[in-house]
Amino acid sequence: MDSVNVLLFARYADLLGASRVEVPGTAAGNLGQVVAYLRALPGGRAIPERPFVAVNMEHASLDYQPKAGDEIAVLPPMAGG
Amino acid sequence: MSTLSFEPIDVAALGRAVIGPERGGVVSFVGLVRNHHEGREVVELEYSAYGPMAERTIAAITDEVQQRWPVRVAVAHRLGRLAIGEAAVAVVVAGGHRGEAFEGCRYAIEEVKRRVPIWKREKYADGSEAWVDPTAAGGIRPTGPEARG
Repeated sequence: MDSVNVLLFARYADLLGASRVEVPGTAAGNLGQVVAYLRALPGGRAIPERPFVAVNMEHASLDYQPKAGDEIAVLPPMAGG
Repeated sequence: MSTLSFEPIDVAALGRAVIGPERGGVVSFVGLVRNHHEGREVVELEYSAYGPMAERTIAAITDEVQQRWPVRVAVAHRLGRLAIGEAAVAVVVAGGHRGEAFEGCRYAIEEVKRRVPIWKREKYADGSEAWVDPTAAGGIRPTGPEARG
């Protein structure tokens, strides 16, 4: 599978210094692996092991296997209102 | 009617969007920016969002309320920098009677806070800033490089 782009927001974007990270296909077999890749980047350790991940704007489980064209986003705890 | 906006929220316009001749009860909740959080003096807030998902989630919550109660619902959430006292979020619900309007309004604001991907960065009187995180001890997380593990 090709690399996947992961959107980051708020504190997680702050931690990694980027609002979008390209994760190589070899590290994107499932969303758990994607999260592990992000956590291994400089600053990434503070992202929890099981963050809220959205695929195509819906909550997804960490065993979901990304497909070409998926919009993947790793979201800090919601803090609106 | 659901909106995310960098402009001030017009609560009256939300009300006009939901009232109707058969709806005799209107309940609104408006959340304002507070000048304190966990004992610290807050001077400014900045909201950011995963915009498309936030819009979609607010629309889903609005649909849920309108299916569960015989009401019409309007929700608005502000983005960008806000001063103390500005409206950050507003929910207006109109129904035939007050019961369904109160219940629908309460449900909508609780679900907006729980499910909509919006984040809040606080700026304090001492010049420091933090991300608000309801799951964190003390309710905030540090910003910037000092937060990096």
